[in-house]
Amino acid sequence: MSQTAGHPSFLQHHFSDAEQQRESAKLGMWIFLLTEILLFGGLFCAYAIYRSWNPEIFHNAHVHLNVYLGTLNTVVLITSSVTMALAIRSMQLGRRTATLRFLAVTLALAAVFLVIKYFEYSHKIHLGQLPGKFYTYDGIAGTNPHIFFSVYFLMTGLHGIHVLAGMATIAWLVVRTSRNVFSSEYYTPIEMTGLYWHLVDLIWIFLFPLFYLVG
Amino acid sequence: MNNLPSSSYLNRPQGIKSWLLTLDHKRIGLLYLFSVMTAFALGGVFAMLILLELLSPGREIIDADTYHQFFTLHGAIMIFLFIIPSIPAILGNFVLPLMIGARDVAFPRLNLASWYVYILGSLFALYSIIAGAVDTGWTFYTPYSVETTTSVISMTLGAFILGFSSIFTGLNFIVTIHKLRAPGMSWFKMPLFVWGLYATAIIQVLATPVLGITLLLLIIERVAGIGIFDPAMGGDPVLYQHFFWFYSHPAVYIMILPGMGIISELISVFSHKKIFGYKAIAFSSLGIAFVSFLVWGHHMFVSGQSELAAMIFSFLTFFVGIPSGIKVFNWVTTMYKGSISLEAPMLYALSFLFLFTIGGLTGIFLGALSVDVHLHDTYFIVAHFHYVMMGGTVMAFLGGLHYWWPKIWGRMYSEKWARVAVALIFVGFNVTFFSQFILGSQGMPRRYYNYLDQYQPLHAFSTFGSWILGLGFIVMAIYLIHSLFKGRPGGANPWGALTFEWTTSSPPPHENFAEIPRVEHGPYDFDRVTAKSTLGETI
Ligand SMILES: [Cu+2]
Repeated sequence: MSQTAGHPSFLQHHFSDAEQQRESAKLGMWIFLLTEILLFGGLFCAYAIYRSWNPEIFHNAHVHLNVYLGTLNTVVLITSSVTMALAIRSMQLGRRTATLRFLAVTLALAAVFLVIKYFEYSHKIHLGQLPGKFYTYDGIAGTNPHIFFSVYFLMTGLHGIHVLAGMATIAWLVVRTSRNVFSSEYYTPIEMTGLYWHLVDLIWIFLFPLFYLVG
Repeated sequence: MNNLPSSSYLNRPQGIKSWLLTLDHKRIGLLYLFSVMTAFALGGVFAMLILLELLSPGREIIDADTYHQFFTLHGAIMIFLFIIPSIPAILGNFVLPLMIGARDVAFPRLNLASWYVYILGSLFALYSIIAGAVDTGWTFYTPYSVETTTSVISMTLGAFILGFSSIFTGLNFIVTIHKLRAPGMSWFKMPLFVWGLYATAIIQVLATPVLGITLLLLIIERVAGIGIFDPAMGGDPVLYQHFFWFYSHPAVYIMILPGMGIISELISVFSHKKIFGYKAIAFSSLGIAFVSFLVWGHHMFVSGQSELAAMIFSFLTFFVGIPSGIKVFNWVTTMYKGSISLEAPMLYALSFLFLFTIGGLTGIFLGALSVDVHLHDTYFIVAHFHYVMMGGTVMAFLGGLHYWWPKIWGRMYSEKWARVAVALIFVGFNVTFFSQFILGSQGMPRRYYNYLDQYQPLHAFSTFGSWILGLGFIVMAIYLIHSLFKGRPGGANPWGALTFEWTTSSPPPHENFAEIPRVEHGPYDFDRVTAKSTLGETI
C-alpha cells in the first residue's frame, strides 16, 4: 500500500502517506521539546533553591543586570518568533520569496539577540561579576554573592547555546528553501524549526523576569 | 527441513558500508548487539577481577586504588554501556517494528545517529580507562568527584553523551508506537513487550535530560569551580544527589521494564496459554513508570534530607511493589494449567521470576526507613541490586535473545548447550550474590578493599560463584557463535507464537513484510488460534 503510484519524493518508504509522516514528525518534535524543558527544569530548580536560601544576595545582585538591554532582547526575540511564524505561513501559501525573506529576518534578529548578550556578558566579565572562583567584584553585600552569577551564567549561557543551534537550523532552512525543496505540500522542517524557536523564545520569557525583574 | 530465504536483510545490500550507513532498524539492532555485548564482556572481566581480589583479606592481585577504579568501571560500564541500551536498543530495535507490523521505526536516521552517539560516548568512557580511570563509584557523588585527580570529566562526558543516545531511542519508539502500528492494531492488541518498551521510552525521555544537566553541572563545577555543589562556596552537595537520583531511580526502570515485557511474551508463548490479565500487565508498566519519578529520595535516607521527606519517600517506595507484584501474580497465573515447555528462553523466564522476586522483596526491606539505616551501603544493597538487575534484566535479556535468535539469524542454537548454560548461570549467580545478602546483614560495607577475617568464607564463596557464572557465559558465547554457521534453520515460527514478527521469514526481508500483515487475533489468543511450530517434533 505504501508503494502506490504518485509517491511524492519527500515521502520516506516506511510511511504509508504524507499525513502519517507529518504527524510523526510533529509528535517527535513535541517530545523533543519536552526533553528541552526538563533539561532547563533542572536549572530552574537550582535557581529556586539558591534563591530561597539567599534571598538578599539575589536581591542585591540582580540590580547589577541591565534591565534596558534585557527588555530590548525580549522584544527582539518575540519579534523573531513572529517572523518565524510568518515564514511558515508563507510556505503554506507557497510563497517562496516571502518565506526566504522572513527566515532571513528571523536569523538577523537572533544575531542581534546574541550581540546584545555579548555586550552584557563582556561588561560583567570586565567588572568581575562572574561565577564561583572567578568572582572578583566587591560591590555586593552578603556572603557568596557569586552564586547569583553562577546561576545567571549557567542559565543564560545554556539558552544562548540554544539560540546558536536555532540559528544554524534556520540557516540550513534558508539554503533548503532557496533550493526549492519545500512547497505548500511539504514544509514540515520549517514548521518543526518554528516550534523549536518558539520554545527558545519562551524560555527567555521566563529567564528575563526571574533574573532582571524579580527583586 | 527448513531453508533459509535466499534474500534477507542480512545479505541485501552487501558490503561493510551498507552496514555502517544502514537505516534498517534490524541492522542497527545488530550494530548495537555487537557493541553492547563487547561492553558486557569488558564489564564482566572487571567484575571477575574485583571478586578475585576479594577472595581473601589484603592484597590478592591489585592494590586499593586500582580496586576502586575497577569497581567504578564495572559499575559505569554495566549501567551506561550495557544494561540501559541492552534490551531497548538491541532487541527493541530489532523486534518493535516487526511486532506492530511496521516497515521501520519512525525516524531511521535518528536511529542510526543514536548508535553513533553511543559509540562516541563509549569512546569517551574508554578514554577515561586509559587516562587513569575513575575511582568515584558510578554515582559520581560530589564533593569527592570534584576533588579526585582521576579522569572524572571524560567518564561523565561519556555518560552525558550516552544519555542522548538513550533519548533518541526513546523518542523514536514513542512515535513509532503511536503512529506506525499496522491497520487494525489497537493499543490493546499490541504485544506486551511493546507496552514495556513504551513505558521505558517515556522514562528515557523524561528522566535522561535531568541526568544530562546534572552531569553537565558536575563537569562545569570541576572545570570552572562555580561552586554549585560546594558548601564552602554556598553550594549544596546534596542537591547533586537529588538531581542524580531523580534520573537514576527511574533509570532502574529503564533497565527492568523492557525485561518485564520480554517475560510476558515468554511466559505466554511457552505455556501455550493466553496471558492472564493483559490490561493489568500493560497498565502496571505505566504505573511503575509513574511511581518511579516519586521515590528518588530513598537513596538518601542517610544523606541529611529532612525526616519528613525521608518518611514520605519510604512510604511511596512501597507503592512500587504493587504494580511489580501484579505482574508476578499474572505471570504465575498464566502458567497455571498451561502446557509448559521448558526450552532455554522459558528457563530464563523462570529464573527471572525466581530471582526478581527475591530482588523485589529485599527492595521492600531497603525501602523501610529504619531497616535501611542499618543496611545502607552494605553488601545487602549490592546483592539486592544484582538480584534485580542481573537476576531480573539480564535473565530477561538472555531469554529474549534466545527467543528471537532464530528470527534474527534464521538459525537455531544448540538447545542442549543452552540448557547447560542456563544451569551454570543460575547456580553461579545465586552462589555469587546470595552470599552477599548474608555478608551485608552481618555488616560488611560495600566498596571496601579490605575486610575482617570473619567475612572471609562468604567472600570466598561469592568469588567461587563468579567463576561458575563466567563459565556459563563462555559456554553461551561458544554455542551462539557456532549456531551462526552451523545452526539448523528454524523456519518462520519455531516457537509457535502468535505475534507479527513470526509471520515473516527468518531472517526477515529488508522491508520486513512482503505485505503488511492484518490483525486477525490478539497477540496471545492461544485459546482460539493454533500456530504450529515450524521446527516440527524435534525440539
Ligand atoms: Cu531507587
